[in-house]
This record gives sequence, structure tokens and C-alpha cells, in this order.
Amino acid sequence: MAVLVVADHDNSTLKDNTHKTVTAALAISGDVDVLVAGSSTAAIAAEAAKIAGVRKVLTADSAELGQGLAEAFQDLVVCLMGNYDAVLTPATTQGKNFSPRVAAKLDVAQISDVIEVVDANTFVRPIYAGNALETVQSSDAKKVLTVRPTAFKAAAEGGSAKVESVSAPAAPAKSHFVDQKIVKSARPDLGAAKIVVSGGRAMGSAEEFQKVIEPLADKLGAAVGASRAAVDAGYAPNDYQVGQTGKVVAPELYIAIGISGAIQHLAGMKDSKIIVAINKDGDAPIFQVADFGLVADYKAAVPELMSALTAAGK
Amino acid sequence: MKVLVPVKRVIDYNVKARVKADQTGVDLANVKMSMNPFCEIAVEEAVRLKEKGAASEIVAVSVGPQQAQETLRTALAMGADRAILVQTDQDLEPLAIAKVLKAVIAEENPELVLMGKQAIDGDNNATGQMLAALLDWPQAAFASEVAIEGGKAKVTREVDGGLQTLSVDLPAVVTADLRLNEPRYASLPNIMKAKKKPLDVKELGSLGVDTAPRLKVVKVTEPPKRTAGVKVETAADLVSNLKTAGVL
Repeated sequence: MAVLVVADHDNSTLKDNTHKTVTAALAISGDVDVLVAGSSTAAIAAEAAKIAGVRKVLTADSAELGQGLAEAFQDLVVCLMGNYDAVLTPATTQGKNFSPRVAAKLDVAQISDVIEVVDANTFVRPIYAGNALETVQSSDAKKVLTVRPTAFKAAAEGGSAKVESVSAPAAPAKSHFVDQKIVKSARPDLGAAKIVVSGGRAMGSAEEFQKVIEPLADKLGAAVGASRAAVDAGYAPNDYQVGQTGKVVAPELYIAIGISGAIQHLAGMKDSKIIVAINKDGDAPIFQVADFGLVADYKAAVPELMSALTAAGK
Repeated sequence: MKVLVPVKRVIDYNVKARVKADQTGVDLANVKMSMNPFCEIAVEEAVRLKEKGAASEIVAVSVGPQQAQETLRTALAMGADRAILVQTDQDLEPLAIAKVLKAVIAEENPELVLMGKQAIDGDNNATGQMLAALLDWPQAAFASEVAIEGGKAKVTREVDGGLQTLSVDLPAVVTADLRLNEPRYASLPNIMKAKKKPLDVKELGSLGVDTAPRLKVVKVTEPPKRTAGVKVETAADLVSNLKTAGVL
């Protein structure tokens, strides 16, 4: 059986989520192709061709694919699925946007947010905000999966797959791109960062959030995250949100500052390797999952942490 | 403009789900149930569109057990005009729900379907997109701002790393993300009024939709537990511990 992986990229660079999804795909079949759909895909396709284990890279170019229009991705992938038994897409907002449309058009279930491939028909996925893991077996002829990238190791480089272009679908008639505001940041991507520093409602204001969380993140070369409460209160933008309704992260080090540890937040970060919690309430639930807890007011603790890091040569 | 708002009855947002000992699922006996939070946001947005004059009628729909009538009453108390329950005790998959909604839409002919991006039980984040595909309608998923103008919906959506704005021709499916609005609490007079608003109950079988499950649940298990570590006294202790752990 052949498996198609839809690459994650931003029209300039290939994202590591693609490599992780290839690992999931290789657990299903040895015949794995990668689709790079977007605008100006040549350089990205060349990157994808280097992923070890990839048989072939397909590219499709159009303005609408570059804009990520779900209808365009649906038409393209459904058309290619004549040649494939399964399609795997990283569970990013873009993957979640179009993949269910592909499943519906193929009249099959979508298996969302897969964290383990048991066999070619059986998959494990979190439900109830990660408070339960569901093992499901699919009886559909074709499988449509979104894959939680943090659950898989990135496939290595070292491949030399051939690149082939396929024709892009017609522009969607009823859906039009107006504009896009992508925040340019020198910090690593939240989903892929080795260290994440997150702030919660205790920050009290957007100014305080920026003053406290961001310098610490920059000192550590970390990405910035936030709890839903901090996002709801307007202290941090929504794409910082870590949790059930935001991003799921699993960095080497997760530092939660002024975050109480609501169920919904824990769902987004409890697979981190080391969790640090700084909170003045010693009974906060965050301490139940933290490897290292510091019961202190962040106002004093964060500057101390900054100096201790400087003293440690950071 | 008629707006259709699908809503789902789920475990309350603040209740921690517990896995059944026999691994067949999550224990929902005697657990507080509420409207899915993203569905609440969708209802709120529909009510705001009506208050602005952009929507004329709001129809709330749920596919679920008899108790989902309570969820629909909540939608009515928030400002929906009438409600439809497609009653079933089966736990339907997103594809089946999308097919049921398509059948309801064929009767109701709404110009906009506004629904939550995800239910917090199955966490699939799929039904809205599937519905749009089945109807061949455009979609704007994960909306943080919705404006209706000249037969189109201008929707700002949450995307990786920022925001994107799309203009979609109506009819369309829009799914609500967290920042779209903050849902209101229904006032007591509105809760009383909601009891008198029409709520139709249809049997799932009467719609003639294939809702057979595509997935077999092999088992439902608890995730590996994390245990609390140590409390450190100072920031310097913390740094030395992190160095020892090899993460700095």
C-alpha cells in the first residue's frame, strides 16, 4: 500500500512536522510519497526529497494552494488519492483545516491527532483533552489521518527521492483570500522549540507579560507560550496558547510561570520532558505535574532566575 | 439571513474525564454535562449577528440523546429562535453527524452554518469541515472575527503564526475559535422564555442517513501519569537542577 504525506511549510521552508509525519507514515507502509502544495514549491520539494525513506515528492503550485485554501487542498488531495491507500497530514491548523474535507469527499472517517500507529488499520489518539487515549481500528478502504507531530521522532535526512510536479486544481470559485498577518518572530516556533516559557493570568497585563516572559524566553532561546486564561484576558495572542484548545507542545524544557495548571492547559504540555512551575500558590495543580517547582511570586523569582542563568553562563 | 447553529452536549468543561475500568470508554454516569464551549461561542456569534441585523432567524440543531434538549434550551435562552433535536442514543462519528446536518440543511436552507471548531469530548475538529465538503460549500474554519456583507462572509481565521482573512460566498460553513467572542450568560427571564420556544424532535431514522460507524473502538485507556517532582527553594537551585537534568 502507498501512503501520501502532505508537507507542512510556509512557502519558503519545509517544517520539521513533515519529517515527523513521515515517521508515522513509514510505520504504515514503506511506500511513502510527500506532497508539497503551495506557491513556489521547488526549494521546499528539494528539502523534502532529502528525507530518508521518502519514495517520491510531488509538487503542485498555485496561488490558492500558497494561500492554503481548504477547497484547493481538498481538490488536489482527493484527486491524488486514486494512487494512495492513506493520507497523513500534520495536525497543524492548516492540516486540521483541509484534511476533514478530504475524508468527507472520500466518504471515510478522519482519524484526528494520531499519536501512535499500532498497525496499518489501528491508531491511538487522545480524547477528552488527553485525559484518555482511544485506540481505534478503521474499516475504511482509504485512511485519512492527521498526525500529532510531537508524538513522533523526525525522520532523518539522507534520502534522494525524485521530484515530480502534478497539476494544481482550479481556483476555488466561492472562497477568496483577502489578506494575512503572520507575526514575524526571531524566536523558535512554539510547536518545534526545545524550550518553552509560558505565562499565565498572574501576569495581570499584556505589558507585564512582555516584560517578564519575553526576556526570559530570549535568554533561553525559547519560544513563548501562554495559558488560555492569559489569552482570554488579552495578555498574549491566541497563537501563543498552549492547551487543549491551542497548541500541543512537548519540548525538552517547559517553564510555566504564574500558571495554575487547569486541565485544559496540562493537556497541551504534559508530554514535555522536564516541567518547571513557578507559582506563589503552593497548592496550584501545576505542581502535581512539575519536575521542579518553585513556590514564589514570579515578580521576585523571574529576575532571580535571570541572574542565576547569567551566573551559570547563559 | 437564516443561521443554523449545530450544538453538542458534552462533559462539562471543568470536569476531569475518568476512564472506565473495563476500558470501553469514559465514565459519563452522574457527570455534569454542558454545551460544548466552542458551540456556545457559535451560538453567541449568531445572536450577535441577529442583534446587528445581519441574521433574521437562528435555528439551533443537536444530534444526540433526549437530554440534548437541555443543551438546545440553553441555546434558545441565549437567543436562538427555535431548535431541532435529531434524537439518537448512538454515539455518532463526525462524518455521520455531518451527513445528518446535511439532511437538516436540505430542509432548512440556511445561508450560514456557524458551529464550534471542535467538541471537547472526541476532540476531532472535523465536523464543520466535513459538512462544508459534503455540501460543496466554502468554509472558514477557526474564525476569530465574522462580518456579513453583500452575500459574503468576511472571516478572520486563526492560522499557524497569525491571522488570515477570507471572503467566502454564502451559503458557507464557519467554525468558531476561542477568541471569536465571550458567550453571554442566559438571564433568568430569557431562560423562562426559552421554555416556550419551539423545539422539534426528529428520530434519526426518519432522515434516512447512513450513520454506520467507520471506526471500531478497540479500547480507551488512561494516559501515562506524571508524578510531582521536587520543590526547589531558590532560582539558583532551579538552575543547577536543570543543568544536572541536561536541559540547559
